[in-house]
Amino acid sequence: MIVKSEELFKMVFTVYGHNFDKAGETSTEIKSILKGLEIDSDIIRRAVVVAFEAEMNVVMYANIATLSFVITDEGIHIEVADEGPGIPDVEQAMQEGFSTASDEMREKGFGFGMGLPNIKKNSDFLKIESDVGKGTTLLAHIRINSNA
Amino acid sequence: MRLEAIKDILQCQVLTGDLDLSIEVDTVLASDGMSEILAFHTPGALMITGLTNIQSVRTADIADVRAIVYIRGKWPDEKVIALARDKNIMVMATEFGMFDVCGILREHNMKGAM
Repeated sequence: MIVKSEELFKMVFTVYGHNFDKAGETSTEIKSILKGLEIDSDIIRRAVVVAFEAEMNVVMYANIATLSFVITDEGIHIEVADEGPGIPDVEQAMQEGFSTASDEMREKGFGFGMGLPNIKKNSDFLKIESDVGKGTTLLAHIRINSNA
Repeated sequence: MRLEAIKDILQCQVLTGDLDLSIEVDTVLASDGMSEILAFHTPGALMITGLTNIQSVRTADIADVRAIVYIRGKWPDEKVIALARDKNIMVMATEFGMFDVCGILREHNMKGAM
């Protein structure tokens, strides 16, 4: 992950695909870390929604991913790089309601085509690069300081 | 509205035991879709859902939900209840379905977050 400003905190997690029991644990840990810092609660909520939705996408679609979580004096940076099927049309995937989820995923409460839109809505910057058959990398920034 | 009053009008059973029933909530998030809960998250809200898996509590925690009411007589298993207790999220269960729960809460001036 390329972060221009100085890193104050960095943690890297491995997220395993298809493990619904563990799904969300990483984001819960990120929330605990952020709550221990003097960061506005609304910013924390936005960051953990981004992390949680990205984590759920890995669990639903990919085999494995690395989630990098960096805090700088400018903001919170979340990068999720997965090994998975990739997204053939990122623009289409960003549309609310578009989903390729299975019935099993929907029975678990996810896959209604709101995950990526939720990530976009809660990010100040979002970049998604995908290589079909190889994987997807998602990079999201959430500003801490409104002047940043 | 106090959680204690919500428990009474929805004829709920409290599953998390000793958590504080005096807490006030005034906003409701009602859905079986967890991304929908996250899309309209309002801190301190009451979440109504028929989804009883562990992600229902994780979603509630991410969205800073104060309490969950599981509907249609569906009960989460002990692992889910334990996580809710750990996250200080009150969990209740009612026999009413989604339509009735939302109607009853609306009649008592609760407002929706969506």
